[in-house]
Amino acid sequence: MARVPMDETKVAACRALAARVADDVQRYIDGHTSVGVERTILRAFGVEGLGDEGAPLVNLAVDRCHQAGLLSRGISFFLGRALIAGAESAQDAAERIAYAPELDRGEGGPSADEARVALAAHTEEALARIDRARDQREALRARIAPGATPLKYVIVATGNIYDDAVQAKAAAFAGADVIAVIRATAQSLLDYVPHGATTEGYGGTFATQENFRIVRQAVEEATEQYGRYIHQTNYSSGLCMAEIAWMAAVERLDMLLNDAMYGILFRDINMCRTFVDQYVSRRIIARSGIVINTGEDNYLTTADAVEKAHTVLASQFVNEAFALRAGLREEQMGLGHAYEIDPWLEDSFLLEIAQAQLIRQIFARHPIKWMPPTKHKTGDVFQSHVHDAMFNLVGVTTHQSIELLGMFSEAIHNPMLMDRYLSLKATRYVFGAAKHLGDEIEFKRDGIVAKRAVQVLDEAHALLEEVARDGIWDAIGKGAFADVKRTREGGKGYAGVVARAADYVNPILDALEAPVKLNAS
Amino acid sequence: MNHVLRAYGDREGDGMVQMSFVLALPPSARAREAAKRFAEEHGLKEPLVATMEPCAEGYSYFVVYGHSTHSVDVSKIEVAEVRTGALSRDEIEHRISARLGRKIVVVGACTGSDAHTVGIDAILNYKGFAGDKGLESYKGFDAHNLGAQVENEELAARARALKADVILVSQVITQRNCHKDNSLAFEQLVTKQGWRKDVLLLLGGPRIDHALALELGFDAGFGPGTKPSDVASFIVDRLCGPQEREGAS
Repeated sequence: MARVPMDETKVAACRALAARVADDVQRYIDGHTSVGVERTILRAFGVEGLGDEGAPLVNLAVDRCHQAGLLSRGISFFLGRALIAGAESAQDAAERIAYAPELDRGEGGPSADEARVALAAHTEEALARIDRARDQREALRARIAPGATPLKYVIVATGNIYDDAVQAKAAAFAGADVIAVIRATAQSLLDYVPHGATTEGYGGTFATQENFRIVRQAVEEATEQYGRYIHQTNYSSGLCMAEIAWMAAVERLDMLLNDAMYGILFRDINMCRTFVDQYVSRRIIARSGIVINTGEDNYLTTADAVEKAHTVLASQFVNEAFALRAGLREEQMGLGHAYEIDPWLEDSFLLEIAQAQLIRQIFARHPIKWMPPTKHKTGDVFQSHVHDAMFNLVGVTTHQSIELLGMFSEAIHNPMLMDRYLSLKATRYVFGAAKHLGDEIEFKRDGIVAKRAVQVLDEAHALLEEVARDGIWDAIGKGAFADVKRTREGGKGYAGVVARAADYVNPILDALEAPVKLNAS
Repeated sequence: MNHVLRAYGDREGDGMVQMSFVLALPPSARAREAAKRFAEEHGLKEPLVATMEPCAEGYSYFVVYGHSTHSVDVSKIEVAEVRTGALSRDEIEHRISARLGRKIVVVGACTGSDAHTVGIDAILNYKGFAGDKGLESYKGFDAHNLGAQVENEELAARARALKADVILVSQVITQRNCHKDNSLAFEQLVTKQGWRKDVLLLLGGPRIDHALALELGFDAGFGPGTKPSDVASFIVDRLCGPQEREGAS
């Protein structure tokens, strides 16, 4: 089999360094919460709906507590007290928090423990809800198996959820295994989740719980119709990453774009906020058996793919370390990387193989997510199609797990039905024609591929040493990843981060953090 | 003098073109005939339906070749061209230092909801694009890349604070012409604030051309394939006067 040299000791050293980085941040996470986290908890308790002016009730309730400086005790504390005071349901309790003439300031009356007791049954029901969704999804997957890996992942992005559902089924017909409904641009910067089915969006379609449901129905119909399990994915990122994770868990999504650092680097979301939110989102994801897709591929769209290849690997170690601390299994970690080297560079194909194979070996049990060329695509669709074919060849040869298919119309428009069809057809050809190529060939011991793999791991190790020494906060400040620099208190959403009080109440998170026995899936 | 052209396939004037498209019909003899007539309606003579395949349930994908009956008289075409050919790096640096004697401040951003910085990064960042280094790499430019999802108001405020000579607006992802609305709104904002004449406004992106940019009130537009040196040359032409002629003092 085509393996590249891999120094096990060095890999172990990288993991140890990443663990140090993540442990440092985890201490911060464990002492903080955010408006996004607290809204998630309300949603978990079944709170839904909108206020008179269209704002989600969960925002109204959490914002009111936050503005009164009370959020350090956790929204659950106030929710529990409202139940004790006679609220009929969590919904009623949340409405009281949002609308009651006098806001309960948590003085006197029921204690934190009493609030927890009042929420015990609600907590159990919340967890049971996502457990049922997971079991339902697993049962369908057991009955109708997914296609062979690399799974063929395509994007639909019409802006209208009903068109997305049609296009999702068309893509399944043409051979897609994973359907992503790309989000409307800038949703990641909204500090609330839009509500209901949506038919207008720029650059994509809003992620809403109802939209998840509509596409879920389409992919399940396609699963039955084509006898192949079709996966659904969306974006748990941005200022609402934890809320989206919850909605996805309830609606049985299979995958989520979810990264510990993406929002910091590429959306200028505050790093404290992102670290706190990603942790809670991943606790939910871990429980619901969703596979995450991390976003390291993006690094190479801003930084050079040859010079900065090691930053992708270093970040994957960090993402893995964060994911482990949130209870994810390795089988749930779709660490991302990409085919973004300048195609006109001599031997660029060999450098791509080296990196893809190295990552495959280091993260042997992880469902690695392999992303197509975008940066060097032009409007020449014919050239672009060839470029994608080479990308596909690397994908199948190095046994990538999830492959987002390149589109020949990249850099022109969001993929049209025909574009996706041709991409799927070409990919089917390459994946079939070269199915066992990786098992048949070996790389020269001191050849270009082998040397490149050694170099990338060495450089990733050196970078992780720096990051571990400086701490991630300062490392990001120096532009260690993607050449993007961010400061600890800069970026969007910092005002929504709150230090937890000593008597902080969050029984949902407590339950998610408790060791659980999951059925092997 | 008229200069009439047809698409060139194998011989002058054969008008050969290929089309590919989808029709909402499953493959059949009727679908093939529909594709043929559809091509004919586009002016293709003797269309050959080279491919007909089902690409989704109830939809067929076609590739058609045919001789286009249409032609263009290129002598009648008038288009606004930004400029032809880029200046050399030395010429750019020389003209800025000799004629302006200070750095040209360039501020760029992807505005509105656009999160795709590929274009603005290629033009502004040191690394550049296709071996052509970005404006950051020139001594004569002070380049500020504000990145993605910058609101018009914010871009205007930052540009004024930095005393920008040039503002570069990038619009990559677009739906239902939002790139036009957004760009127009920016130009109007700058005009309303009363400093339009103090600044060069440049627009760039895959859907942008020079004519469109002018229509939207910008000074120039740069489409796909634009290199940093193209943009730099245009800026220098405008801000530092035209190229020195040989022999001119």
